[in-house]
Formats: sequence, structure tokens, C-alpha cells
Amino acid sequence: MGEISLKLNGKLETRDVADNTLLVDFIREHVGLTGTHVGCDTSQCGACVIHLDGVSVKACTILAKQAEGADITTIEGLADGDELHPMQEAFHENHGLQCGFCTPGMVMSAVEMVTKNKDISEDEIREGLEGNICRCTGYHNIVQSVKAGAAKMGGKN
Amino acid sequence: MYSTKYVKPNSTTEALEAIKSLGEGKFLAGGMTLIPTLKQRLASPDGLVDISGCKLDSIADEGETLKIGAMARHVSVAESAVVKKAIPALAKLADGIGDRQVRNRGTIGGSVANNDPSACYPSAVLALKATIHTNIRSIAADDFFTGMFETALEDDEIIEFISFSKPTKANYVKFPNPASRYAMVGVFVAQFGDEVRVAVTGAGEGGVFRHQEMESVLSSNFSADSLSSVKIDSDGLISDLHASAEYRANLIKEMTKRAVV
Repeated sequence: MGEISLKLNGKLETRDVADNTLLVDFIREHVGLTGTHVGCDTSQCGACVIHLDGVSVKACTILAKQAEGADITTIEGLADGDELHPMQEAFHENHGLQCGFCTPGMVMSAVEMVTKNKDISEDEIREGLEGNICRCTGYHNIVQSVKAGAAKMGGKN
Repeated sequence: MYSTKYVKPNSTTEALEAIKSLGEGKFLAGGMTLIPTLKQRLASPDGLVDISGCKLDSIADEGETLKIGAMARHVSVAESAVVKKAIPALAKLADGIGDRQVRNRGTIGGSVANNDPSACYPSAVLALKATIHTNIRSIAADDFFTGMFETALEDDEIIEFISFSKPTKANYVKFPNPASRYAMVGVFVAQFGDEVRVAVTGAGEGGVFRHQEMESVLSSNFSADSLSSVKIDSDGLISDLHASAEYRANLIKEMTKRAVV
């Protein structure tokens, strides 16, 4: 056991955790933010994708202790009050989901790839979503959503 | 995951002290293989020594060689202007590992130390005549990989950086497993003047290996056509649910042809 502190969606969170606590369990169980999902728990599906110091990572494959002092953003941290993030809006408008279970991870991956490459092409979007699996096979609308989200975020494609 | 201890030292000296004090400890780099292994309870180390604070992530062009720190993440190698200029094939290889989130965390040192038979990096290390520099010695790539998941590393030895020889020309082509993106077969071809080295990953029961016959054919005639007469023996190749040994033998030749451009 030991204490860790990190910034979660702009707020400092300090908890006592066991050394083998996964970051996703820290977020969901210790802090109570359940927007980050656990799908496969084997690093395949990407439902648990969050941003750790600005880069997308699978929170089921990182120990909470490895994130000591980090700046973390989860799906709950994207919107500005009641105003959705442009990528969330794009998923809403393009119906980029069916059951919605994979959606938080899809949105977090999408935001990072577009932030790094705002004029992203469709091929790059598909390659960028390699680590996110949708069991409803809704990729068509997800890709359309990311394209629309990229345009809202200032992209030219 | 079994209960374990976690420590994060600030230098390799401290990391070595920590691993000695932990009983059966394991170094933790990016954790993209180790953490899933722990979650499946395939390993139960007494403790984990996170080396991400040990300042081992530099990338530098040193003239004859390209030096990459053990903690350099795949995304850093893939996007590094220094790597792209010195050995573009290495940046391309890094850009094709796993998925985006794995590349954001996984490291070159972790991949090389683990020596997964389907990992991409070991083929580059072997083909590019790399030297693995640890806290106590320098090991030539030809002496480093000793079998599937086996290397010459001792328990309390830590990779600090890897130096790659700069080739005249190099390329890496893999046939990725469609689900995992691991190489069913990956071939790294590197040309150093008259010398050609061909390293194959994903296929050998003993892990990564060099293919001497293709090396000698390509050394005298560096063209895909010259490989037509080469017969790849399927003995000693992996046969599993993804591909038979014979299929992998065929892929070795095909991937090598595609790599020779």
C-alpha cells in the first residue's frame, strides 16, 4: 500500500492504493468515475483509453502507481460544463455508436489523434483506431464521426 | 494480479540496488507485455522496479552509430527526426508495432529484453549489427538472443541503450497477425556495402534468427529476383493456430522479397 496523488480532469486526487492496483480501477473504483470502461481487460479493446500527460493509453495496462504525479483526462473531463467537446458532438451528430460501450475509448483515441494531426485522412483515422474495438461493428459511423470531429477541431479534410 | 511491491528509482544504480533488495524482482519499462503477463498470473515477482525515471530515453546520432536509450518508447522512435534520417527503416518498424496506445507506452529495451518470438525489434537489432549496452558490459546482437524469450541478460543486468550500425540501405516488412498486429513473419534486411544481413522474426521456434542463405544470395546480387531459387526450410519454424510452419516458410521468402527494393 501507499499513497498516490495525481491530477484527474484538473482536480488533484490522493488515495491510498495497493501497489498492484490498475489505473483503470483507481479511476473507476477509488475515485468513482465510471465513464472509462473495462471491456476485455487484456489491452486489446481500448474501452479504457484515457489521456496520460496528453497521450492516449490503455488504463487497464498501467499500474496506478506508474501514474503518480501525472495529469490525466478521462471522458468525463472533455466537456466544458454542459458544452460537449467537438469530438463528442461529432459522435452525437453522426450516430458514432450503437450500444455505446466502446465510445469513451473511441472518443479519447480520436481526440488524441486529431490533436496531433488535425488534417487527418480517413486511412489515418482507421489506422489510428487500430487499438479500439467496437463489437457492434459500427466502424463506419465512428470513422465518419472522427472525420467530422476533426473538421470541428480545425482540420481541413 | 498477485500482490506485489512497486518501486520507482531515479537512476540505474538505485534500480539495481532495488532489484537486489526485492528477492525475485522484475524491471518494469513500458509494461505492455509485463503487466498483461502479471494480470494473467503467469508471473508473480516479489516486486517491480519501474525504470522510467532512470533517464534512459535519449536518442542520438553518434556518427557511425545510432544510439537509442532502453526507455525510448515506440512512438518516440517512430517520430524521431534523428532516427528517420539515420535509419528510416527503424522508424518505420516502430510505427508498425501494436496499436497507437501500445506505441505510446512500449519501449525498445523492454521489447529486446523480453525477446518475444513475434516481436519486431529483435529483427532490427540482429540485422543492424546492434550492440546492447548494459550496466556491466556490451553484448553483440549475434550473442544476445539465445532462444524464445531468452537473452544473454543476467537477472540483475539492465539494458541502458542500444547502438545500431547505420546501413547503406535497410527495410523491414512484416505480415501482421490481423488481430494482434504481432508479426506472423517479419523480415529486416540491412545492406552494409557488400554485406547483407537478413533477420527473421515471428517464425523461429528459437526466436529471431538470421537467414544465411538469403544473406549470401543477396550479398552477390541485391535483388528480389535473385531470391527465387532459394528454398526456405520449414524445419524449426513455428506452427500454431495462426499459420503452419510451411506457410511461415513461404512468408519468409515473400516478406524478404518485398523488403528488397
